[in-house]
Amino acid sequence: MKLELRHITKKFGDFVANDNIDLVVEPGQIHALLGENGAGKSTLMNVLYGLYEADGGQILLDDQPMQFAGPGDAMAAGIGMVHQHFMLVPVFTVAENVVLGHEPVKGPDLIDVSKARDIVKQISDRFGFEVDPNALVEDLPVGIQQRVEIIKALSRQAKILILDEPTAVLTPQETDELMSIMRQLKAAGTSIVFITHKLREVQDVADVITVIRHGRVVGQAAPTASQSELARLMVGRAVDLSVDKTLHQGGPVALSVKDLSLVEPTGRALLEDITFDVHKSEILTIAGVQGNGQTELTEVLIGLRKSTAGSVTLVTQDAAGRAVTTDLTNQSVRTILDSGVGYVPENRSKDGMIAGFSVAENLVIDQITHPPFSRHGSLDTRAISANGARQVEQFDIRTDTAQAGMGTLSGGNQQKVVLARELSRDLTVFIASQPTRGVDVGSIEFIHGQIIAERDAGAAVLIVSTELNEVTALADRIAVMYRGRFVGIVPPDTDRNVLGLMMAGIAADEALDLTRQESYTDQVQSEGVDHD
Amino acid sequence: MTDIAPTAPQAPNWRATFRKITNSSAVTVVLAIVVALVVGAILIAAADEDVQRTVTYLFAQPGDFFVALGQSIGGAYAALFQGAVVNFGASSSGAALLPLARTVANSVPLIFAGLALGMGFRAGLFNIGGQGQIMLGAVFCSYLGFALHLPVGLHVIVCVLGAFVGGAIWGFVPGILKATTGANEVIVTIMLNSIAGFLLGFLLTLQSFRVPGSNNPISPMVDANALYPTFFGTPVSVGFVLAIAAAVGVWWLMERSTLGFRIKAVGANKDAALTSGMNVRTTYIWVMTIGGGLCGLAATAPLLGTPSQALSVDIASTFGFDAITVALLGRSKPLGTVLAGLLFGGLRAGGYMMQAGTGVPIDIILVLQSVIVLLIAAPPLVKAIFRLPDPSRRHKVRRARGMKASVARSEVTA
Repeated sequence: MKLELRHITKKFGDFVANDNIDLVVEPGQIHALLGENGAGKSTLMNVLYGLYEADGGQILLDDQPMQFAGPGDAMAAGIGMVHQHFMLVPVFTVAENVVLGHEPVKGPDLIDVSKARDIVKQISDRFGFEVDPNALVEDLPVGIQQRVEIIKALSRQAKILILDEPTAVLTPQETDELMSIMRQLKAAGTSIVFITHKLREVQDVADVITVIRHGRVVGQAAPTASQSELARLMVGRAVDLSVDKTLHQGGPVALSVKDLSLVEPTGRALLEDITFDVHKSEILTIAGVQGNGQTELTEVLIGLRKSTAGSVTLVTQDAAGRAVTTDLTNQSVRTILDSGVGYVPENRSKDGMIAGFSVAENLVIDQITHPPFSRHGSLDTRAISANGARQVEQFDIRTDTAQAGMGTLSGGNQQKVVLARELSRDLTVFIASQPTRGVDVGSIEFIHGQIIAERDAGAAVLIVSTELNEVTALADRIAVMYRGRFVGIVPPDTDRNVLGLMMAGIAADEALDLTRQESYTDQVQSEGVDHD
Repeated sequence: MTDIAPTAPQAPNWRATFRKITNSSAVTVVLAIVVALVVGAILIAAADEDVQRTVTYLFAQPGDFFVALGQSIGGAYAALFQGAVVNFGASSSGAALLPLARTVANSVPLIFAGLALGMGFRAGLFNIGGQGQIMLGAVFCSYLGFALHLPVGLHVIVCVLGAFVGGAIWGFVPGILKATTGANEVIVTIMLNSIAGFLLGFLLTLQSFRVPGSNNPISPMVDANALYPTFFGTPVSVGFVLAIAAAVGVWWLMERSTLGFRIKAVGANKDAALTSGMNVRTTYIWVMTIGGGLCGLAATAPLLGTPSQALSVDIASTFGFDAITVALLGRSKPLGTVLAGLLFGGLRAGGYMMQAGTGVPIDIILVLQSVIVLLIAAPPLVKAIFRLPDPSRRHKVRRARGMKASVARSEVTA
């Protein structure tokens, strides 16, 4: 089926999310929609899927103008969408999820379970999905859950499949598998709209690339275009994709974590026997697929959660150069912050900032009880404003004034505020979780630069990221987490495929052997790091 | 989501709804007052005998109807105004301004309690235990007032401090329960209202709280030394000055102190406050304790004001509940709370005059107050209850009608 979008415009208030967008997807084509976070890709697809009503423009399927009042209409017309966050019922089986909403019935009103199973089996066999129709969705790995979503769309005769950031939650191996599934679907005549901001994936699989910036189509590119060309189109200026840094050996140990465990009262272990050191002037990054205990680990380190076993020790040097240890195990957040630990939480808008407060206030929320911002319980508003103005300048925070509401800033600038707040103190240890999530490419460069500067100034840095490119770009050493455990700690030049296998829980040595055997190394792109 | 565009409507949670209610705009507040007056006018007119009689021949002689309408509504509201602000019919200028003095005096307990509840709102706490906190303040204040016999000046101060401590104790309880067990402050404060009521009733059965030799459940009056000094023989007393001072104090606390910064941070985003190393639990305890103390001070208005009342089970009147409206109307800000307190004080004062002068029952004041609350609180509530999307975010799918129009438009431009 041929899909054509003509002059689609979508506004939210004064904000133009889509400005007169034209897009043609030919039958059996994989059309990549490339753009930064906030460029308007998802909005466009939600318009196509009937979730938003366009303020102007036209949708044509096989040259017939269509009007979708809701996703139901879009599905009936042959459009299927796999959302970034899966829309599955965890306690239902695969078959039940697939037929949900258009269940085959027998008798008066009974779900025909065997028919539901057949539907799943048929599609699964046809494309080699290897999905068990009787498995409970909650027991399946994320990659398989995604296939269930695809089966769901195909079971409704989808001729056009929209995949919204499908690789965000996948390991590199799962990503490869998804790519091959996409090629198979394409061979079977399905058109695919592939939304992403990852350049590597686009080059791998797309037939046509449309780049969107600030809600406008800024260009089309062939998959042969280089990464820096694509990045330039995406950002609107030349971008340096490599992070400029020299590897550090690190100094003495600054943060020592021993046998740290977090077991829930139900007996489920969120963290198990985690042991590692971070040295002065060193960046240790923690890689892993989201939801493998990284969040819990950082929250235990900063005191938001209490560990059930193990210890966290901070090591500093006194004037004579002797090591001074401070036990931070299960201390309060206040104590830990005050002992020289900086923290950038993973979920910025929930944990890192107060949208209703001004930028200047947000820059001091964790220092408000300390001079110079307050004395004897009374705020020094002048010091707070002065600090605000200074940080806005220093961290290149794009706002008219530090008195502006935090909620009015873009994601990248909000992140800079959070970062500025933490980095403006003297830190022994700096912990940042997903430091560039939801941040535009331009700000990513800046934030990475700041993190490296903090390392070079002598702090021990711990970065948690699910973006493999970020992990390898920043790391002096990489730790990989899987199901609450450290799979291993490896050097930053470790092969992507080895890291990928480790992210799936396979120990470092074994992963190395496996990749050698399968000579994956041939395919490894050795041009280094890309931006995301 | 990859895009910053508004995401799907979130399941409404009542804390968010509550925050919307307490953050209503100044325009909403003013319009709510106007609409309440209109609703009141309709009720007044509908209940008026002349209006009822003239409406039967409305089309024969519409003039009669409109004259009756004007007289009933105009008369009632004129009386309300004269009872609340200036009495034009008074013999002297002092007497003419007596209603205003009553309004000011009436506003004192509402301002104290309104400040307390507004502070709670800013911290995201719905303290509806004002009633109980006022009663406890009253118990302490009254006992210190009649049992002790201290010199002028000192006695007032002791009584005022006593009232604060009494209320603070009753605010501390839900505060510590919330902090340690996570108990919902709404439920705890409601129950503490009942407990305070029965405690007060019990205390009044004790001989030590009764007028010697009397069997009535009323305490002795406080000493004359314990009364607030008044200004120029009017009902306006030092109590009002204290209320204004409390408003300034709360403003300083909320805007210029680290505790206030913490309170606002906890109210606006508890998770971020925790992550920033703030102690959310102690913040809750502080807010509830200080709020309780301020509510306790509300009790000084009837006990230490002029004319003074003795301690009885009705001592708190409905101050604790009216204060919720006052705080909502004042948008939880000190200045707003003072103005809202004066408005409600005026309605109370004018209501009596209206009833006496025109026969319109004083209950109409209750209707005005209720309509105001309803208009401020209802829109977010209705939306939350029926899970309606926020109309300011127009991402709800509308039918193809709009789409057609826009398609037609774009074709013209294309």
